[in-house]
Amino acid sequence: MWVYVGRRLLLAIPTLLGASVIVFAMVHLAPGDPIAAVMPAEASKAEIEATKRAYGFDKPLPVQYLVWLGRVAQGDLGKSLATRRPVILDVRDALANSLVLALASSLVAFGLGVALGLVAAFRQGRVLDKLASGIAVVGVSVPHYWAGIILIIVFSVQLNWLPAMGAANDPGVWEYLRHMILPTVALSLIPLGVITRVVRSAALDILNQEFVLALRAKGLVSRRVFTHVVKNSLPQILTVLGLQFGFQLGGSVLVEAVFSWPGTGYLLNLAIFQRDIPVLQGVILVLATFFVLLNLAVDLLQTVIDPRIARH
Amino acid sequence: MRAPLLEARGLRKHFPLRGGVLQRTQAWVRAVDDVSFEVAPGETLGIVGESGCGKSTLARLLLRLIEPDAGVVRFDGEDVLAASPTRMKRLRRDMQLVFQDPYASLNPRLTIEDTVAFSLLVHGTPRAEAEERARALLGRVGLDPRLHGRRYAHELSGGQRQRVNIARALVLDPKLLVLDEPVSALDKSVQAQVLNLLRDLKAERALTYVLISHDLNVIEYVSDRVLVMYLGEVVETGTAEALSQSPKHPYTQALFASAPSMDPDRRMDRLPITGDPPNAINPPSGCRFRTRCPFVMPRCGEMTPPRVPVSATHEVACYLYEAAPAPVA
Amino acid sequence: MALATALIEAPALATAPMSYWRTVGWRLARDRATLIAGGVLAVIVLSAVLAPWLAPYDPAAGSIRLRLAPVGAPGHVLGTDEQGRDMLSRLLWGGRMTLVAGLTPVLVAFVLGTALGVMAGYVGGLTNMLIMRTMDIFYAFPAVLLAIAISGALGPGLPNTLISLSIVFVPRVVRVAESATVQVKGLEYIAAARASGAGVRAIVRHHLLANVLGPILVSSSTQFSLAIILAAGLSFLGLGVTPPAAEWGLMLNTLRQSIYVNALVPALPGLAIFVTSMAFNLLSDGLRDAMEIRG
Repeated sequence: MWVYVGRRLLLAIPTLLGASVIVFAMVHLAPGDPIAAVMPAEASKAEIEATKRAYGFDKPLPVQYLVWLGRVAQGDLGKSLATRRPVILDVRDALANSLVLALASSLVAFGLGVALGLVAAFRQGRVLDKLASGIAVVGVSVPHYWAGIILIIVFSVQLNWLPAMGAANDPGVWEYLRHMILPTVALSLIPLGVITRVVRSAALDILNQEFVLALRAKGLVSRRVFTHVVKNSLPQILTVLGLQFGFQLGGSVLVEAVFSWPGTGYLLNLAIFQRDIPVLQGVILVLATFFVLLNLAVDLLQTVIDPRIARH
Repeated sequence: MRAPLLEARGLRKHFPLRGGVLQRTQAWVRAVDDVSFEVAPGETLGIVGESGCGKSTLARLLLRLIEPDAGVVRFDGEDVLAASPTRMKRLRRDMQLVFQDPYASLNPRLTIEDTVAFSLLVHGTPRAEAEERARALLGRVGLDPRLHGRRYAHELSGGQRQRVNIARALVLDPKLLVLDEPVSALDKSVQAQVLNLLRDLKAERALTYVLISHDLNVIEYVSDRVLVMYLGEVVETGTAEALSQSPKHPYTQALFASAPSMDPDRRMDRLPITGDPPNAINPPSGCRFRTRCPFVMPRCGEMTPPRVPVSATHEVACYLYEAAPAPVA
Repeated sequence: MALATALIEAPALATAPMSYWRTVGWRLARDRATLIAGGVLAVIVLSAVLAPWLAPYDPAAGSIRLRLAPVGAPGHVLGTDEQGRDMLSRLLWGGRMTLVAGLTPVLVAFVLGTALGVMAGYVGGLTNMLIMRTMDIFYAFPAVLLAIAISGALGPGLPNTLISLSIVFVPRVVRVAESATVQVKGLEYIAAARASGAGVRAIVRHHLLANVLGPILVSSSTQFSLAIILAAGLSFLGLGVTPPAAEWGLMLNTLRQSIYVNALVPALPGLAIFVTSMAFNLLSDGLRDAMEIRG
């Protein structure tokens, strides 16, 4: 098994490096002078010269990449063009907010999704199945940014129950939570749909295995069967959960834009609007790294649960 | 004596087993080791051995579907392994393979007519003629093309699919047919039908067969000569009668003795052979059968015994017979 | 005797066996939900294609006087947007943009992904490693993030959106194609074809592709709905189609501030995205069920 762990870790490194290459290339893909992409317009000549030397803009591209990579590895992601603050600080704060949102909506999606999926599988073909599957299809098809807007319309504008913008106007945990409710719901819809469908399909596969059919034919639709189904669907469910968590971290861009939630998505949106390339690079790199490590963790967790996977 | 149609000399194939963090080769599966034999034109050579003895690998080596690590294969005197791609394509018309699994060996998306015709199309036969010849051949193997021609593989029974396999192999008019466990997946009653069909076809078309099987009954039924394989090596070869009536190698003896019989006089109390067959990854040194051989001697572990003649047509690879004097010319 | 033979043979000929694709079509025709979804989709696509003739007004023309007229206002069945432009016309024209921006990348990914995946799967070895590891790097990014990263670098506009979304979808198709190819390659009928002397191209064309296209088609069809959502989402962020063009995501963005004035009109573009996406999902579900090999 440790062989598998070693191999996965080894594979993650080129993936991370490749991701960093893509992020680095963004500066040079953007139209215009790369210097202009990393320096604000009113920078003094001295500042420009200093940055040129630091980035090594006169040197060949591979050297520039290595220089940039070295700085990134030390935590230096450059300075924001708009706020002149170190990017790493902004990203760190934003990441915290996004993680909270992603975790909350993952919990909702996972909890409801597994419940709905199991209900649909155990009551296959009957009304409950159609209902649960219907909810799943709706969840998967809904554009989450639109759902956010609808939620705002209903709960903020019309009913005035919940706030529409930002993380909190007044301090306090309860305020923070109140502001979190609508974005969480909006973000959880697509993962809810996906998880429900995957759980239903995985559970059905197991329920239709011959020996389970034999048990059920004998009337043993008991907790034993239930636990068996859950245990054996766990690897698939975990994989999908990991993927969806990544989706929520990345897809939060759109929901945060709608709700002005101060997370990485909001930061990203702002950076796009302001053409703030260092922030753009920093956010994407941090998110991509996070996602790669998350995938790695999910894969390794899989081997713990189902050792068969590692023997491959 | 006529020149052999097929000749194999010193064929060897080892498969690497990769593992570890960097996927380095950790061990080798020694599937086929120093296998040599000849097949005369018009005869049927039966190759028999347990599962895992390398028979299927050997079949693929003979037709160059896998490249051997060492050795020579000669077809009608010509070196098969040195043939250029163009020459190889031409050679493939003469040497064909009937596969073991009737289920996996047919493309589920093609009608059986198209499956058989495909081989001809590959060699440039115009479509109309290819389809006609395919239909004719399907009829010859017992499948009425009007009823079955446009059917798909999943609509046929196992026996019918094997007939399609045979038709596909024969449509190119080959001289040699290698059959890898052709009836192993079929019910006993169907086995007899297919074997009889093979026998008739062989006579009609002057074919030469190499038939591989683990089933002694099948081997005895069809073969002129028999070659016994154990764990990748040849242990004995001879005529079918010689081997069934006086098998020399301890393994061959055990094989023939362990075939269950309906005759109450032939039932046994003691098992002729014990133990599990070792695997081909780390075969025993010297004679590979020595770990299960009732006659094992110390020198069996030192070096693989060479093949020695017991008669003009009978050879054994066993130290028990090494002292036998050469027959006086 | 001839009569007896004819009687025995007749029923066999009458129940002519159906090829795999005919079976798929037959099953689809009996699936009501899928048929309805297909119908809805056909309506949407048709109205988008026929937009120039169906739209009552010029989608770019608007007068501030008429801004944010509610649904059912005289002369404007679906109201007007924040610049006074007719919603119905903009929705029709917007459909063209969204559908093109969403569907083209999926088609491109299907062709390119199949080619790369089959090549990687069939040739194996170094080629396989190069292609698959490269795809892994792109696959490491969540779809939304990758789309934003590439679009962010390239800039807004329809061509850039097409490029960026294609890059997002290709790795997913390559994975499915490679895995299916590797699986089929190991089957005996491929070895049989090689034994008959067929070359690589003949084998791929006649034996491999037909058996591999099934799973690839299913996977690609599930990408349509996500593509629509992503394309509109990019425009929503200002990275896709630029104003004053009509596009559903873009419309959602510009109308966002107006929800305090008039709730229904701003919801319409999103509703359009939702319905289209759901129709695609139901259709692809139906396709997957119909293509399942049973028995």
